[in-house]
Amino acid sequence: MTPADLLRQLGHRVTSRLWRLGFASRFLLMTLLYSGTALKRFQLTIREIYFTGVLSLIIILVSGLFVGMVLGLQGYDTLQRYGSSEALGILVALSLVRELGPVVAALLFASRAGSAITAEIGLMKATEQLSAMEMMAVNPIARVVAPRFWAGVISMPLLAALFSAMGVLGGWLVGVQLIGVDEGSFWSQMQAAVDFRQDIMNGVIKSCVFGVLVSWIAVFEGFDADPTAEGVSRATTRTVVTSSLAILAADFVLTAFMFRGI
Amino acid sequence: MSSEPLVQIRDLNFSYDSRAILSGINMVIPRGKIVAIMGLSGCGKTTTLRLVGGQLKPSSGAVRVAGQVVHELDNEGLYAMRRRMGMLFQFGALFTDMSVYDNVAFQMREHTDLPAEMIHDLVLMKLHAVGLRGAHDLMPAELSGGMARRVALARAIALDPLLIMYDEPFAGLDPISLSIVGELIRKLNDALGISSIVVTHDVQESLKIVDYVYFMAGGKIVAEGTAEDIRRSTEPFVHQFVWGEIDGPMNFHYPAAAYGKEMMEQPGKPRRWWA
Amino acid sequence: MNRAAIDLWVGLFVAIGLAALLFLALKVGNLSSTDVGETYAIQARFDNIGGLKVRAPVKSAGVVVGRVGEIRFDSENYVALVSMQIDKRYQFPRDTFATINTSGLLGEQYIGFEVGGDIEMLKAGEVMKKTQSAMVLEKLISQFMFDKAAEGEDKK
Repeated sequence: MTPADLLRQLGHRVTSRLWRLGFASRFLLMTLLYSGTALKRFQLTIREIYFTGVLSLIIILVSGLFVGMVLGLQGYDTLQRYGSSEALGILVALSLVRELGPVVAALLFASRAGSAITAEIGLMKATEQLSAMEMMAVNPIARVVAPRFWAGVISMPLLAALFSAMGVLGGWLVGVQLIGVDEGSFWSQMQAAVDFRQDIMNGVIKSCVFGVLVSWIAVFEGFDADPTAEGVSRATTRTVVTSSLAILAADFVLTAFMFRGI
Repeated sequence: MSSEPLVQIRDLNFSYDSRAILSGINMVIPRGKIVAIMGLSGCGKTTTLRLVGGQLKPSSGAVRVAGQVVHELDNEGLYAMRRRMGMLFQFGALFTDMSVYDNVAFQMREHTDLPAEMIHDLVLMKLHAVGLRGAHDLMPAELSGGMARRVALARAIALDPLLIMYDEPFAGLDPISLSIVGELIRKLNDALGISSIVVTHDVQESLKIVDYVYFMAGGKIVAEGTAEDIRRSTEPFVHQFVWGEIDGPMNFHYPAAAYGKEMMEQPGKPRRWWA
Repeated sequence: MNRAAIDLWVGLFVAIGLAALLFLALKVGNLSSTDVGETYAIQARFDNIGGLKVRAPVKSAGVVVGRVGEIRFDSENYVALVSMQIDKRYQFPRDTFATINTSGLLGEQYIGFEVGGDIEMLKAGEVMKKTQSAMVLEKLISQFMFDKAAEGEDKK
């Protein structure tokens, strides 16, 4: 292979990625444009909230509890070396509300609900259901894609808040009930250090952004999947990989913006 | 107006990535008739259907449905036209997350403001017409292939279309379901006064029900005529196709280099590294 | 799964999600206690603010009475200009002394108000006259070492 070939290959990769990104952006625009049906006939979206949000509850609640409990144990172990085990509340709450809540909940959401959305839309495409819908003069983006997209966008912040709340409870369970950190200072130090706007609202904003990212990637990969068994399985994998990377990258960017001055 | 054929296809060309799929297709589908498009897999039959349905745009030429040029319609016009078309997909393409009842009711709910009671009556009527009124509570996964095809047919006639397109309606059916579906196509066509296009490679079954046949090969029309004409045709390709002969103009072998020469060659590199 | 059951589950989901958010806001965060209520701004110049950050507390007698709003560099006088948002409920005399303190040896820095005796009160937008800069640990240590060294020389 000559150097020119290598360069050509590199160029081809870059342009095809860019082309795909542009295509995905256009798709997002179309989804937003055709969201009228999903919002007017909200029953469609409610149904999808059931499949994406409600069915993700168990995994989110249980993981949140365990993450909080681990934070309690590890945080206590470190903090008591410096004699400040009362700050356990701060450590647990801040790490959950600012970072772990939105990020881990979004990662779980991508693998639980995002992959399901991709597989469902991909299979609908493979079995010509989307084509059939189009032939029945019903826009599949409005009828299939937009409700799933909005369901994801609505579910994500709620799931992240539940994850954080469960995590704080888990930290409280381990720190206060099991190890015996003073309950009063656990809560009061937490409340003194966690700011509503700076920490909690920023966490909520993060989870909204992740909700848009994951839902967008999931519906796009499903819609763009090759209509074969192999194509759908690949698209599902791509959803999980791409959205995980997107979540972590976006998290860095958002964190850099939000907590710059502190 | 009514004497004019429902669908007219003029000098239709279509190519995909500069690979010609269809060239110079001329077809006429008169009102109230069933027209079959036959040919081997991959000869452009389904592409023709998609061009009629407006899912693809022709490279040149035009498809006219009820006097309108399909590819010149805007989105709204296209959707308005599609409401007057029904399409039966190869394996039914039923919505797997809805019951049989909801599948048939789908278009009525999307496109009309009919009250729920009237939709209920209409759905049961359509299901009755295909003999599956008792199955309205089932999910598509619980249906056999033939039943799914019939539900899809009920769904296709939900809004009383002018034209129904069938994409391989006989593929993968047992002989009994095959006759049932065949007869349903004929009966619905005559009872509802609609026109039908049947894309198929099942010669014997379709010749029983259709009025006119177009034969396609390699993106061109190679023969046309009534069912009788086709049966009696002496054209070698049509003869081979209708009677299912192995020898004829269509080769069993995919085009290849001379057998002896290829056997002497060194084995080539595998196409994929894992092969 | 029929429609009513789905509606019920989704309603439940949204309700507990909002409840979790409320829990975070009230029990974990400090929405219920400070920073609500109206504030007025006063300013102070410091030679050195050390590690003071935006949103650090302003305390008087140990009670949080406000927060640091903005920190700028005053390029005319080459000092730091700190503006503070003080709770409307509290008024301070004009000669109040603002110092930058550290909670604990290595804790966060805050502004402490030591109340003076002036009859007139500070008004919104006013600049405080008397301030004391942050204590920079390195300076303190070097001063201490210098003194010790000087002591040692005296004894000789």
